[in-house]
Amino acid sequence: MNNRNNRFLAAPYLIWSAGFIIIPLVMVLYYAFTDFNGSFTVSNVTAIISYVNIKALMLSIAFSLAATFMCLIIAYPLCLILTTVIKNSSSFLSLIFILPMWMNSLLRTYAWQNILERKGVINGILAFLNLPLFYIINKPPAILLGMIYDFLPFMVLPVYNSVSRIDKDLLNAARDLGADPFETFLRVIWPLSLPGVISGITMVFVPSLTTFVISDILGGGKILLIGNVIEQLFTQDSDWNAGAGLSAILMVFIVISMFITAKYDREDIK
Amino acid sequence: MKRRLFSVFICALVPLFLISCGTSESSEKDDNTLYVYNWGEYIDPEVLSMFTEETGIDIVYDEYETNEIMYPKIEAGAVNYDLVCPSDYMISKMIENDLLQEIDMEKIENRANIGEDYWKNSEEFDPGNKYSVPYVWGTVGILYNKTMVKEKVDSWGILWDEKYKDEILMQDSVRDAFMVAEKYLGYSVNSTDEDELQAAKELLQQQKHLVQAYVVDQVRDKMIGNEAALGVIYSGEAIYTQRENPDLEYVIPKEGTNVWIDSWVIPKNAKHKENAEKFIDFLCRPDISYMNFDYITYSTPNIPARELIEDEDIRNSPIAFPVLSDYSLEAYTCLGEKADRHLNALWREVKSY
Repeated sequence: MNNRNNRFLAAPYLIWSAGFIIIPLVMVLYYAFTDFNGSFTVSNVTAIISYVNIKALMLSIAFSLAATFMCLIIAYPLCLILTTVIKNSSSFLSLIFILPMWMNSLLRTYAWQNILERKGVINGILAFLNLPLFYIINKPPAILLGMIYDFLPFMVLPVYNSVSRIDKDLLNAARDLGADPFETFLRVIWPLSLPGVISGITMVFVPSLTTFVISDILGGGKILLIGNVIEQLFTQDSDWNAGAGLSAILMVFIVISMFITAKYDREDIK
Repeated sequence: MKRRLFSVFICALVPLFLISCGTSESSEKDDNTLYVYNWGEYIDPEVLSMFTEETGIDIVYDEYETNEIMYPKIEAGAVNYDLVCPSDYMISKMIENDLLQEIDMEKIENRANIGEDYWKNSEEFDPGNKYSVPYVWGTVGILYNKTMVKEKVDSWGILWDEKYKDEILMQDSVRDAFMVAEKYLGYSVNSTDEDELQAAKELLQQQKHLVQAYVVDQVRDKMIGNEAALGVIYSGEAIYTQRENPDLEYVIPKEGTNVWIDSWVIPKNAKHKENAEKFIDFLCRPDISYMNFDYITYSTPNIPARELIEDEDIRNSPIAFPVLSDYSLEAYTCLGEKADRHLNALWREVKSY
């Protein structure tokens, strides 16, 4: 009886995953391995081997690695400080990290464009103070900044969760047994927070790898990431087969990254 | 076993559910409506409500940003639009692919208001003027800021001048970007010659380090905000930007440029053809045409509407109403899918350079 009720409750999830995850995935793979007439081909997938596409893919990977690394560098110390220094830290955290997420990410990215522009907010203040202006808009640093800003909450939240759950008694025990703060961090806090770090890494790396909006808006259309190539294949060329082919390649990289993180996750549990 | 059956059932249910949603929506409202699909910011909203008031026909109004975004939607027929406003080369592609139906010109009583020249130019993409009624037209040129550019601007070549590094805004639309390079090199804007296309591509690649950004609609706002000194823009935006920032000036370069017409067409699967024709006729009325010109500032082909413009400077503006014979102008033609995709691939090579 109980069992059947549970199954009934799972129905919305099943509908959701069938309609919006499984069917689209199958369609992507179908388009990726067929040509315009619907006959089998691998040319859409092997199209990745061209100067433009390889460069775009490599740039995407480089940008996402850098963004992930920077997010971790920013988020981890922040979470440590929040859990140890500020008393009511979870409400503070939601104020500064969840509240901005209520706004559309596209709007927030456009806001950065206004802030960074040559006559934008920052340069306006710098000019007023007679300081040298700074130009990163339409250059790689602006894209990196956009990625870090947009995806930082996805790193902070899981890391905060795992750090805040560490039992204070363990830290006291470490100190009693003669560990200095650095050793406590290295042998107690870091290993225990690793699951949060790993899910944070996945949640930043994957959207960074696939984004095309950030590079378009903050890169001035001058830097072509693999997401931009795929978007243009769909919208300008209306060549769904070629777009799906490159999407399939991108999925391989995403699956690899998830496989690596899952592996570390499991080893950690052992 | 039972569990698997259940999920199979769910899987089958989902598409059914989606399909039923789709059909019930379209069959429900078959009454007095008109589905219009137009460019963004391309009509005075007041015009839409006036039409509904006068005729009792409700308008469902959607917008798109480029011809290339509009085309697949009409091709797929997901929504049965009754009236669309594509550009010249896209209209010829739609005629070629049998996506349009002929307009009953007898019903467009105000069609005589559209200048003879524009009907004649339309013949290039719509022989016999069967499928389209001109709405607005214009050129592509250089918008520059007089306080930042002191020299005379009369050539596309200024967009390759090292002096203006990071001060140049290029169009992020394939045909317009290639048009600039092709015209500068003295080629046709409809060239499919591989050597010419490669030369144009290399020229655009050489220009890339000077370009501040590749943008479409944002050229307007960035130029108004003094973000850049030079930008490639449609003539229709020029009057608007000058209203906002008097330092801006628009020129048609001496090497020539693209002249384009956006016209109303009725897709094959339109369900309210008569309403669509009534709306076209309404838009051809001088007072309505004038209202639209005043709002969107894109050149109108409507002769009596132009006479209604009170400001003499605008009525005789060489920007909005250039004497066409003074310039070397060329319309885009449909290059075919294969050439389009080749051009897109070349454009990606420029952008990844």
